[in-house]
Amino acid sequence: MIALTGKNQSYVLVLYGLCFPLIHVAHAQFILKMAAVQGGMGDADIKTDIKTEPSADGFGNNNANDGRVLSASPGSSSSTGSNKQTAAVTPEDQQTLLAVLQFLKKNKLSESVEILRREAGLPENSLDPKANESAGAGSGGAAGIVDLEGGDASSLLSRVTGSSSAGAQAPTKGTVQSGCCPAVAEDQPDVSVVLSAYSQQGDPTLYKVYYRDLKKFIETVLDCHRAELSQVFYPLFVHMYLELVYNNHESEAKAFFEKFSGDQECYYEEDLRILSGLTKKEHMRGNETLLDFRTSKFVLRISRDSYQLLKRHLQERQNNQIWNIIQEHLYIDIFDGMPRSKSQIDAMSGSLAGEAKREANKTKVYYGLLKEPEIELPLDDEDEEAENEEGKPKKKKPKKDSVGSKSKKQDPNAPSQNRIPLPELKDSDKLDKIMYMKEATKRIRLGPDNLPSVCFYTFLNAYQGLTAVDLTDDSSLIAGGFADSTVRVWSVTPKKLRKVKSAADLNLIDKESDDVLERIMDEKTASESKIMYGHSGPVYGISFSPDRNYLLSSSEDGTVRLWSLLTFTCLVAYKGHNYPVWDTQFSPYGYYFVSGGHDRVARLWATDHYQPLRIFSGHLADITCTRFHPNSNYVATGSSDRTIRLWDVLSGNCVRIFTGHKGPIHSLAFSPNGKFLASGATDGRVLLWDIGHGLMVGELKGHTDTIYSLRFSRDGEILASGSMDNTVRLWDAMKAFDDLETDDFTAATGHIHLQDNSQELLLGTYTTKSTPVIHLHFTRRNLLLAAGAFNP
Amino acid sequence: MTERRFAEVSRESVRLMAEGAGVELGDDVAALLAEDVCYRLREATQSSSQFMRHAKRRKLTVEDFNRALRWSNVEAICGYGAQDALPFRSVKEGELFFVEDRDVNLVELALATNIPKGCAETMVRVNVSYLDGKGNLEPQGTVPTAVQSLSDDLLKYYQQITRAILGEDPHLMKVALLDLQSNSKIAALLPYFVYVISGVKSVSHDLEQLNRLMHMVKSLVQNPYLYLGSYVRSLVSSVMYCILEPLAASINPLNDHWTLRDYAALLLSHIFWTHGDLVSGLYHQILLSLQKVLSDPVRPLCSHYGAVVGLHALGWKAVERVLFPHLPAYWANLQAVLDDYSVSNAQVKADGHKVYGAILVAVERLLKMKALSLSQSAEGQSGAHPGSVVGAVSYRVNSPGLSPPPEPLSEAALGIASHLQVGGAGCHWEEWTPVPLPAMYCELYSFFGDSLAVRFSTGTGFGTHSPCTPSQLGDSRKEPPGPASNLDTTRKMPQLTANLNISPRQDGSPRTDPPPPSLSGPGSRSRSSSSCSRQRSAGLSREVFPKARFTSPQTTPPAFSFLIGGRQMGQRCQGRRPFQTMFATTPPVSAIPPRTYAHKLPVIGRVGKPVRRWTCSHYSLHLPL
Repeated sequence: MIALTGKNQSYVLVLYGLCFPLIHVAHAQFILKMAAVQGGMGDADIKTDIKTEPSADGFGNNNANDGRVLSASPGSSSSTGSNKQTAAVTPEDQQTLLAVLQFLKKNKLSESVEILRREAGLPENSLDPKANESAGAGSGGAAGIVDLEGGDASSLLSRVTGSSSAGAQAPTKGTVQSGCCPAVAEDQPDVSVVLSAYSQQGDPTLYKVYYRDLKKFIETVLDCHRAELSQVFYPLFVHMYLELVYNNHESEAKAFFEKFSGDQECYYEEDLRILSGLTKKEHMRGNETLLDFRTSKFVLRISRDSYQLLKRHLQERQNNQIWNIIQEHLYIDIFDGMPRSKSQIDAMSGSLAGEAKREANKTKVYYGLLKEPEIELPLDDEDEEAENEEGKPKKKKPKKDSVGSKSKKQDPNAPSQNRIPLPELKDSDKLDKIMYMKEATKRIRLGPDNLPSVCFYTFLNAYQGLTAVDLTDDSSLIAGGFADSTVRVWSVTPKKLRKVKSAADLNLIDKESDDVLERIMDEKTASESKIMYGHSGPVYGISFSPDRNYLLSSSEDGTVRLWSLLTFTCLVAYKGHNYPVWDTQFSPYGYYFVSGGHDRVARLWATDHYQPLRIFSGHLADITCTRFHPNSNYVATGSSDRTIRLWDVLSGNCVRIFTGHKGPIHSLAFSPNGKFLASGATDGRVLLWDIGHGLMVGELKGHTDTIYSLRFSRDGEILASGSMDNTVRLWDAMKAFDDLETDDFTAATGHIHLQDNSQELLLGTYTTKSTPVIHLHFTRRNLLLAAGAFNP
Repeated sequence: MTERRFAEVSRESVRLMAEGAGVELGDDVAALLAEDVCYRLREATQSSSQFMRHAKRRKLTVEDFNRALRWSNVEAICGYGAQDALPFRSVKEGELFFVEDRDVNLVELALATNIPKGCAETMVRVNVSYLDGKGNLEPQGTVPTAVQSLSDDLLKYYQQITRAILGEDPHLMKVALLDLQSNSKIAALLPYFVYVISGVKSVSHDLEQLNRLMHMVKSLVQNPYLYLGSYVRSLVSSVMYCILEPLAASINPLNDHWTLRDYAALLLSHIFWTHGDLVSGLYHQILLSLQKVLSDPVRPLCSHYGAVVGLHALGWKAVERVLFPHLPAYWANLQAVLDDYSVSNAQVKADGHKVYGAILVAVERLLKMKALSLSQSAEGQSGAHPGSVVGAVSYRVNSPGLSPPPEPLSEAALGIASHLQVGGAGCHWEEWTPVPLPAMYCELYSFFGDSLAVRFSTGTGFGTHSPCTPSQLGDSRKEPPGPASNLDTTRKMPQLTANLNISPRQDGSPRTDPPPPSLSGPGSRSRSSSSCSRQRSAGLSREVFPKARFTSPQTTPPAFSFLIGGRQMGQRCQGRRPFQTMFATTPPVSAIPPRTYAHKLPVIGRVGKPVRRWTCSHYSLHLPL
């Protein structure tokens, strides 16, 4: 089915599962964007959803739904999407159109074919067999808006020769994101097409020679270039190996692998292991990792000098095999200036698709905090010690009223207050804010000499497997997600959990009474914990709403569920992911939440919409963790492709890509001031990122196993990390960030110099009793709470 | 390639499998398949590891693998989900390897009586791990079943305490016990102490050690800082051992194992009332095991005695529930023993008398309490303030000195207690309908005759007892839940009283009996233990049960001073004499002097939960024994 809209000369092509009726076209499920033609759309958005089935899928970012919820979006998105190239149907577009026509024809949608052809002004014979060829290639690309620069494989615009244009070209075309995350292969696209690029034949026995030749060359170049050029090894190695496999040279492939796999950087070990298992062409189909590798361009940053060296060498040697691979599968981001050192390169590499292009991190990010609404703080100085639930700040230090004053002036880096519509504060929220401020005045100021006390919440007898934990902001409730599909909530204060009375009983209540909120609760149901059933698979992610009335849980069963903490029942099951949902989190202002999972997309939802408002697509592998920025305008996602992306909630664009982790990322935390991001991965390292500059600013080494939890203290002085290695470590975040002086050069080039000061920053290591730490939380008074299941 | 990077399925295996499924495979096909199988396996393993990572585990489970299979549209493999490792065995002849898959007898499984206990409830416990960033060296709260490494200090403490308690020096023992019940930092040692206590079985020949271990239990139970958790079960089983088992020590009639049983019974009820909520169904289980012993005629009489005092200690409802229905059957056996006047039977008969006495006391209280509960429910009690007014009334109405005022009320009126009992005993346990009081009385009367009647009626007013009331009251209040002191000071009274007073005037005027004797007991007994045991060995007592009841009382209504004197004696309990002998001599007293416990009061006071308070009072209820 196809819908064509004529406005702006743009062609919105909507491909549905064939089951979807035409009427619903307006609710586009799959927006297959035609190159960059469409006006009013940041073409970086990728609308397709990788593996999800075509039906029941969510909206694209720009569908009609947006306007309703994120009212700000249409206007601004049209500005961001003000593309230079508009109406003209470029050759590439034509290719793509042909591909689409091809597809439609194959599916016997002749009427639609007609319409499209008429609208696009394509000649009748455009679908002749000859065209098919290129259309085929194009459709492979079109599936994910692959390659804006070259519509088909055969006419690859050499990035190399166009090196100078690489910088210039990308921004104009807005390929920031699409260039490096094009791989959105729709529902098993034409794998054969994707892989077919490997079909170019070369003498298999020569591969070794080529590679060895290059290796020899790189080993002999000047030291300063060697490190840079060595980056080429890994992608080349992989692509050559795959080419051999694809062309059925099994034994040669094995020999090639044996010979050169040892040369690769150790942090690619995991990928190499997967590769080595793959020795047959047949296996390449359906192997996701491969598709990723194949369809995405591996990004390298190389200085101009080094690059020229390489180019000259390859041209001299007539080494076309390698040259082709470089042209086709690598994106070389050339910069002017000094070549980078080995350590600089190592710090940034390790992800599945190389580094981020510099352009990817250039967008302005409004990382400042929103202005807090002014709430009259009743000044009763009698310290009611009544609400002393969270423990006892023994040393109360009289603190300057930083909380109050901070909110007065507008942060220049903050987004405008209504950049995205936020829910209005309810009375209860205001009360909670007041509570928060009161607590905040009793907060302990932490520092290297004043470390927080640690309380550990141990889940005992959790034989079914504890998979996720969350605590409310006021630390009054703790929730656990379990592998047996249950969600359990405990009250950690003496206040028991109560359900609301039944409807019949509610009728009997005096609604005018002051304590009506108390009266609606059914005292008979009071208990310390409640169990909620509904999921049909392990619950991997869990998150309380800021107002403590709701709980979100995401599960292996592909759903995200919203639970009411008043009735302890499930309110909504948000379906859309259809594959395991690894994580979910509420926005700090409530209402919105984000989820991410095995289908490699993150989705932004609003609790009152059963379909997502945004789909953030671009990661090359599972999204393992999702976090909201404190100002709720951005979402960070960590993935097993070993990158972290920051997405703009308003436009749906990817605004930052952080590479440097050497393993799947399992935890993220924003600093309370919104300026920094910390990430922890299976490699046991915590990396610190400066969001504004898009740079890595620190590396914290010490953990020996996956870091499942990260949290900044309330004032951001201390970063706590909890790991599978049964320890909680505290880091001096203040010092890590204070020492930064980001000069213009670094900011411009993205070349970072990290000093190895993990040991100085490490303030403490606290071990548990055989209990992996899977959640950390600072109470409002800066008492550190940790949680995990005792694991005898 | 020389080196194998992966586990591989050989082509022979593939061919064998194919043959098993009835397909002939060519070599090349098998080779291809084998390779493909290997690849698919690797792929599935890789994706299953993802599930493991997200479940925050280090161990890849069958479940993870099955999830990976399911998500790649492959049928999951069932039958390998067991927690324990599956043995992989080989057949000697022929290179065949297989996973052992034993047949499970479904019938057996379905009819199995040892239903596996469900695992404990998932819960969250919090502990302060690090204060101000500094390690909190003393472990706070324990993780059940966690093996903790003990700090040197704790280890030393443990050694000292156990040595002191099990050692020779009584003074040291007291100090140790005191510390044990007030020390707040010994949570980590709890498993060790429980383990020591579970050693009762190995010292069943040594009454002294058994006693000490029971005291240790008491101290642990009383320690307000200890969370006993599932260790309650272990403690209860140790205590039950002392109550019910025919201890090796009881072979020698000189050994006073009766006292131990009484003490343990009190301890049992104390544990139950204070910590019973930690283990679900504990009450039920205790009742069941007591019932089992009681209904087993092969068991020696001392075991039966233990069962009866145990039931008595658990409250009159337990008696009504278990003992009363069993009485007719049991009575026949007991009667046979008591009616056998042969010399060879003397020892057994003496034991029989003990059981008889214990039953009598138990049913007597049953009748009283039942009557009281009926009358109270009839009165539609004022409820709110049970202690004062109604208490006094009930006190009058009931036997004097036997039960301190708060007790009956608490049982009847305090929600928690009665709820506990009802909930625990549950009517669904066994068909059981409460017998109406008159019927019950009639039945009991048919067994006990006048002795019951006399006792039952004793309660109604007498002028004499008024002085004793306060003391009794004070007594019971002051008494901490320490069963020992309760037991020792007050336990023996009733029997004496009853017998004493009845004997002279058989017509049983109620006036005669009450409080004075209750006081006399300790005083007279306190004289000496040795004389007592001599007496006993002389076998004087063994004569005739009925006769004994009418022997003239030696102890006439004594005065308070005796009581006090008795307490100050501070001698350890020498045990309880068979009541028929008591008349002949002054019974010995026992008793850890109450004052040792007096200063524990603040601790107990602080705990101050209704249950606890109730328990205290409940204790005094046992004094009649």
